[in-house]
Amino acid sequence: MTAVQEVPISAGGNPIGFGSMKRVEDQRFVRGQGNYVDDVNLPGMLHSAILRSPWAHARIKSIDTSAALALPGVIAVLTGKDLEGIPRPSLLGDNFAWMPTLSYDTQAVLATDKVRFQGQEVAYVIAESRYIAKDAVELIDVDYEPLEPVMDAKRAMDPGAPVIRDDKGQTDNSITDVHGHKTWESGNAISTAEAIARAEADPNCVVVTQEVMYPRVHPAPMETCGSVAHLDKVTGQLTLYTTSQAPHAHRTVYAMVAGLPEQKIRVIAPDIGGGFGNKVGVYPGYVLSILGTIVTGKPVKWIEDRGENLMSTSFARDYHMTGKIAATKDGKILAVDVDVLADHGAFNGVAQPTNYPAGFFHIFSGSYDYPDAHCKVTPVYTNKAPGGVAYACSFRITEAVYVIERLVDCLAAELGMDPAELRLKNLLKPDQFPYTSPTGWVYDSGQYEKTMRVAMEIAGYDELRREQAEKRARGEYMGIGISFFTEGVGAGPRKDMDILGLGMADGIELRVHPTGKAVLRLSVMSQGQGHETTYAQIVAHELGIPPEDIDVVNGDTDQTPFGLGTYGSRSMPVSGAAAAIVSRKVKERARIVAAAALECSPDDLEWELGRWSVKGDKERGKTIQEIALLSHSSLELPEGVEGHLDATAVYNPPNLTYPYGAYICVVDVDPGTGVVKVRRFIAVDDCGTRVNPMLVDGQVHGGIADGIGMALMELIAFDTDGNNLGGSFMDYLLPTSMECPSFELGETVTPSPHHPIGAKGVGESATVGSPAAVVNAVMDALAPFGVRHADMPLTPSNVWRAIQGNPIRVDMAIE
Amino acid sequence: MQTPAPVDYVRATSVADALSLLQQHGDEARLLAGGHSLLPMMKLRLARPEILVDINDLDELRGIRIDGNEIVVGAMVTHAEILNSPILFEHYPIFREAEKVIADPIVRNKGTMGGSMCQADPAEDLSAVGAALRGTVVIQNAEGRRTVAMREFHEGPYETKVADGEILVEVRYPILPGSGSAYEKVERRSGDWAVCAAGACVTISGGVFSSVGIGIGAVNAEHFTAVDAEAFLVGKEPTAENIATAAQMAADSCDPSADQRGPADYKKHLAMELTKRALTRAAAAAKGA
Ligand SMILES: Cc1cc2nc3c(=O)[nH]c(=O)nc-3n(C[C@H](O)[C@H](O)[C@H](O)COP(=O)(O)OP(=O)(O)OC[C@H]3O[C@@H](n4cnc5c(N)ncnc54)[C@H](O)[C@@H]3O)c2cc1C
Repeated sequence: MTAVQEVPISAGGNPIGFGSMKRVEDQRFVRGQGNYVDDVNLPGMLHSAILRSPWAHARIKSIDTSAALALPGVIAVLTGKDLEGIPRPSLLGDNFAWMPTLSYDTQAVLATDKVRFQGQEVAYVIAESRYIAKDAVELIDVDYEPLEPVMDAKRAMDPGAPVIRDDKGQTDNSITDVHGHKTWESGNAISTAEAIARAEADPNCVVVTQEVMYPRVHPAPMETCGSVAHLDKVTGQLTLYTTSQAPHAHRTVYAMVAGLPEQKIRVIAPDIGGGFGNKVGVYPGYVLSILGTIVTGKPVKWIEDRGENLMSTSFARDYHMTGKIAATKDGKILAVDVDVLADHGAFNGVAQPTNYPAGFFHIFSGSYDYPDAHCKVTPVYTNKAPGGVAYACSFRITEAVYVIERLVDCLAAELGMDPAELRLKNLLKPDQFPYTSPTGWVYDSGQYEKTMRVAMEIAGYDELRREQAEKRARGEYMGIGISFFTEGVGAGPRKDMDILGLGMADGIELRVHPTGKAVLRLSVMSQGQGHETTYAQIVAHELGIPPEDIDVVNGDTDQTPFGLGTYGSRSMPVSGAAAAIVSRKVKERARIVAAAALECSPDDLEWELGRWSVKGDKERGKTIQEIALLSHSSLELPEGVEGHLDATAVYNPPNLTYPYGAYICVVDVDPGTGVVKVRRFIAVDDCGTRVNPMLVDGQVHGGIADGIGMALMELIAFDTDGNNLGGSFMDYLLPTSMECPSFELGETVTPSPHHPIGAKGVGESATVGSPAAVVNAVMDALAPFGVRHADMPLTPSNVWRAIQGNPIRVDMAIE
Repeated sequence: MQTPAPVDYVRATSVADALSLLQQHGDEARLLAGGHSLLPMMKLRLARPEILVDINDLDELRGIRIDGNEIVVGAMVTHAEILNSPILFEHYPIFREAEKVIADPIVRNKGTMGGSMCQADPAEDLSAVGAALRGTVVIQNAEGRRTVAMREFHEGPYETKVADGEILVEVRYPILPGSGSAYEKVERRSGDWAVCAAGACVTISGGVFSSVGIGIGAVNAEHFTAVDAEAFLVGKEPTAENIATAAQMAADSCDPSADQRGPADYKKHLAMELTKRALTRAAAAAKGA
């Protein structure tokens, strides 16, 4: 366990250990020298495009590809029928028309019988150029028989609702997980129901019920998804350049899907222009590019355009939640119960550990000390795009944090109590850690009240409340919103967590060259987080090698050890730990070599950063660089010691880590127009040890912007005909700098006790924590109008309508 | 990457050359100005002209100048030039206020006044400004030039009096000494199109409105204006009550439809609220107020 401390500075000006330093990867990014999938061009490479369904739900009567095939430059056109004809020697179905999802469901690669969402893959064109491929797509003639689409999750379970997954012999739109369950529950249903009933009967208690929806949003990374597949017919080697947050897991899935031997598959994820969960899943486009190279014998490139990315790849959220919170009238929380209707779209493609079909949603009990909690999640199919891992959600923790933090604010409003005071009264105390939550999570560490007070201090909370009172008296509407969140990240312990049977432990390799320079090979995959910088700093911290002398390799399955990839904020908790452990192995090897060179026993040596020396005789020692050369030299080593310093490790986390934070948002609302202006945003994060505080701040900045976006504007709604109303950046609004104030950050540092360097991970903290703060602030501003809740996004019209007592239903088209 | 359908491209050397190219290629040809409306539509294959006639070299369509008692804005004047024009700012601050909230710097650096007018998006901002200022559009074809009042320019959404084979060359705005003007817009996010926008340009003499121009965008106001509300105010004192009544009349004359920017009742409310705010600020800025 280590906290940030003064560290020596290297000749290159970098901290030899933890501390702020600029990202080494920026050298290429700011020069436009990044290498993204679309930058990969192989000799003889063909291009491809996908014909997508204009309908949300329709039967395919016939497909005529003759005009497309006749277009000069078109090499091949594939349909679902063609894929049905390609036999697949695998356990996962006998042909290529369907593929498994990460949740043990099936998803059409190309539609055969029906299309089930607008934007679904229907046919695949391979041509000499991207332009020709797109021209040919327009020439394919599909005869559809439109069917009634199911766009409203609330109606999906009606007995008369059209059945979407008739391909599986379903008779309704329920989703069954791999364990055979149709609803997913956590916590104690009986004790929670009893606690709520007791509170309802008790005049000294209140029970507040609130329906909240976390609507469908999209990760919208700057780079869309794509791949370049190349099967070398001579060697049988398949190389896939692809936008993947999880190259190793993808390789295994391709081996299963394509029936190809895994050692013959090389997945390379080059630079990735943002992931946010969007690049965790395996999409039909990737599979089609593989089939394309198999069919044509040439490399085939497939790159989505923006509309395709927004309309067909992993969305996030789409959770309809009804929460009940019971408390005493003086503000002691007693119990929380949450009922969720989860809209999974047409195929259950959610990426999450197998035993957690609702992800980690059941961390919804939050940061508060009360005994009884229970949730029930009912998933349904609708005629919307599948997926649903995505968007910095830590496996549904975003939804969980949102519902509890809204409920706490609704409770505060009901009790007429200050929401900060209510939270302070209920936050877990430092001596309660490790804390077992009512739904069975074991929170590792925290000083919640301290963090909350730091945030209130930066905000000048009492002064803000005074200002608000004065403004209200003048008819001006400012709001102050708080969110206190706890995440569980770093999936996860192998005994509990796997995806498609693959345990969630991650490998790592550290090689130290004779000159003392090192290469660290990671299983996880950066999408902009800065792995090449932070992981070098961890090795530097452990071994004293300057960060500039350490190269970090990730994203190539031939060059890195197996692991499940980067999402759910898992890199630092899992591979960050692995980096420390593998460095410690190297350090121990170095000790043996140093002892041989110094002709003493390893036990007589002591370590100071970068050097083993003889206890009591500091002068007699060897630096890690000297030891590296000695380890490759003719130096006689003890029996059984092989030489070289290189080491490998696999880290199987004993528990998740639990980063947390206190956020405060200040907004001004113009009641005449409904326009919300975010005036201030204060974020105090406790993510344990901060390897690179500058990058932590960067992650938090991005996450807050993201949260402001979701709270105020981001949305994918659908009309009743099944049209996606968020399919371009004119319709899917992302926040800009104009919507973001200058963020005010603070920190507390409570290291994780079980993590070798005490780091907890921070990638998603701000995305998880900030939406509730913004919404709570707007609701606080609108309190004088009697408004208690309106769903995100709080666009001007939605805010104005809330003031009129008639907020907008956000998941469907505005009428 | 989005890919347009096959298209030819030619660069016109003069207005006459552009007109003859348009004539030669008929309705398969489209003028290319800033390209910020046309190219996205082509990439989405919503527009598929066979040939683009690029008019970016035509300096005769550039420039902002005073001609007698009119300000003349050339068709190829960019949003950024309008935003930063001292002439326009001196006479009509409404331009700067509107331009500040049109799109983003990248679009403003390329997008043109002529392209905006001819695109004629129902939420287009300069049309509302032009209506408030009672501008005149100058259109040229093979036969010569003709003028059309801004308030007769639009035939409907995305439709204007500019026919195939014609070029909008400039818009002329009459100078109103002592006028005050203002622009108000609500957007879901900076750079987005208006949910509703309203502009006003007024003169006041003898304590009463002597002229009133109202422009309203994005809510299906006939010709982007509200003539009854204007007529109501002329001769009346610029009181909050009169302005509120006029703003309500303006809103009543709009017929917005619901979309993801907002429901119709909200948009109608905004038409009232923003007209009121624009009139109030314009009146306060008018000399003699
Ligand atoms: C992200 C984004 C946000 C935007 N936001 C706003 C906004 O908030 N408010 C707003 O008002 N606008 C907005 N716009 C539109 C912007 O102002 C465009 O630049 C403008 O609509 C078109 O101007 P252009 O010069 O780019 O025209 P082009 O795209 O080149 O042309 C548009 C059309 O006009 C025709 N045309 C062009 N010039 C002439 C001419 N001289 N004579 C006859 N026909 C001609 C073209 O043939 C074409 O059909 C936005 C655009 C984008 C991309």
